[in-house]
Amino acid sequence: MLKVNIARFLPQLKKKNKKVETRGKGLILFSETSEAIRAESILKKAGFDVKMVAPPYHLRKGCDLSIEFNIMEQLAVERILKKLGNPPLDIVPITEKMLEPVNILRETDYGKWIMIRTANMKLTFDKETRIIVNISGGGCPDVPYLANEMIGKKLEEAPSPRELGYTVCAYALNVSFENAKKWIER
Amino acid sequence: MLLLIGTLPIEGLKLHTGEATLDNGKLKIGDKKFTVIRGTSAMMAACCAICNAYNLDNPYCIVAGDIGAGDGSSSIYNYLKDNLYLLEPEVCAFHYIKPVLVAHNKVVDAINKMNKKPILIADAGYMYVAKMAGFASFYDIFTPDLGELAFLADKESPHPFYTRGFIFHMEDKAEELIEMAYKEKNAPKVLCVKGKKDYISKDGKIVKIITKPDIPVLEAIGGTGDTITGMIAAFTYKGLSLENASIISAKLNRIAGKLTNPTPATQIVDIIERIPLSIEKF
Repeated sequence: MLKVNIARFLPQLKKKNKKVETRGKGLILFSETSEAIRAESILKKAGFDVKMVAPPYHLRKGCDLSIEFNIMEQLAVERILKKLGNPPLDIVPITEKMLEPVNILRETDYGKWIMIRTANMKLTFDKETRIIVNISGGGCPDVPYLANEMIGKKLEEAPSPRELGYTVCAYALNVSFENAKKWIER
Repeated sequence: MLLLIGTLPIEGLKLHTGEATLDNGKLKIGDKKFTVIRGTSAMMAACCAICNAYNLDNPYCIVAGDIGAGDGSSSIYNYLKDNLYLLEPEVCAFHYIKPVLVAHNKVVDAINKMNKKPILIADAGYMYVAKMAGFASFYDIFTPDLGELAFLADKESPHPFYTRGFIFHMEDKAEELIEMAYKEKNAPKVLCVKGKKDYISKDGKIVKIITKPDIPVLEAIGGTGDTITGMIAAFTYKGLSLENASIISAKLNRIAGKLTNPTPATQIVDIIERIPLSIEKF
C-alpha cells in the first residue's frame, strides 16, 4: 500500500500554516454554512477574489464558514449577494488572525481503488471504472446523505458536495471529490 | 436505560423515538424501519448487535431527519433540553448532530439538572461541538479518528477542516497528539482513537494500542468508526469500564471486518452482520 502526500504535486494546495495577511480584507458572515458555500460560488463566478476562512472565535456560533474578500469591494459584494437571494448576515473588517482550511491531501492506493482524503473526509473510487465506492469520515449530518447520493456513481456523473451539502464536512468532501476528478485527468 | 442519539439522512423525518432492534438487516426503532448505512444508523445497529448477543436491554433511540440543513439536529437539541431528565439514562451516546454551540450548552445545562449524570459518549458532529464549546472534560469518552484527533489537539481549531497545518502533519504521531489534546483540556477522561492502530488512553496515558488483525481497507469503508462507538456504548452499559469497552469494541470491529473479506467497496451493513460471529472468534 502506497501513501503519498500529493500536496507537493498541486501548487495551489501547497499553503502551509503561515501568517495570513488580512490588512484591507473584510469578512462576510452568514447565518448558515450552506449560505456561505453558495455565496462563495456566486462571488467566484462574478470574478471576485474570495476565500473561505473560519470566523474569529467571538463570531462563531457552530460549524461556521465565512468568506474573506477585499473590503474595498464591499458594496459590489453586498449588491450581488442580495440580488441573487443570498444576503449576508453581516460584513466586518478583519481585525484578528484567521484560520485557513486544511488543504493537505493524502492518497492511499489500494490497487484497484484509490482513497483521497482531505482533513477528516475520505472518498474512494475504482481507478478503472471511476465509480465512487465509499465515503468515510466526517461528523456532520449531510455526510451520510451525500454518501447515499454519490456512491455507485461515476466521478463525472456524481452530484457535487458543493451543490448538495451544507456543512464544513461537505466542503472538505468537495475538495476530495474535485481532486479525485483531477487524479483521473493526470 | 442505554440512550443513543443522532440524525438520519432522511429529509422530512420528524423526531422519532423508541426501542431499537435489528430486523433482517434493518434498524427498527419503535414502529419504523431504517436502512443501515454509515453514520448514526451504523452506530445504533452495532450497539443493537452487542445488546442482542449479551441479552442486554434494547437501546432507546432518538433520531430525526437531517440532510445537513440542521432542522433535525435542532429538533433533537430541543427534545434533549426538555426531556433528557425524564428518560434518566445510565449511558448516553451522541452522534451525527450538527454542531451548534448554544444548543449544545443547553443540553449540558439539562444534564447538570439530572439526579445522576449518565456516562456520556460523544462522536462525530456532537464531539466537534463539545470540544468547540470547551466542554470536552464534561464527557466521559470521545471516539475520534486521526483527523479528528488532530482537531482535538489544536486548541484554535473549530472543525477538523481548520486544523492548523503543523498539527495536521503530525498524524503519524498519534501519541503526541493525544498528549496535546489532554494538555489543552480538549479530551475527556478516555479517548478511543480509531485508525490503522487504535489507541485507547485514559487520563492522558495510553493504556492499549490495538493493531491486529490489520485490515487497512477498513479506513475507506464508511461507518467503521461508527460501529466502534455503538459497541462501546453497549459494553459500557453492560458494566465494563470505558477503556475495556473500547479495547473489546476495537478488536471486535477488526475481526468483524476481516470476516467480510473486505475491499474498499464493502459496505458497513456487511460488517455489522458479522459482529455476532466476531464475538465467537474473539
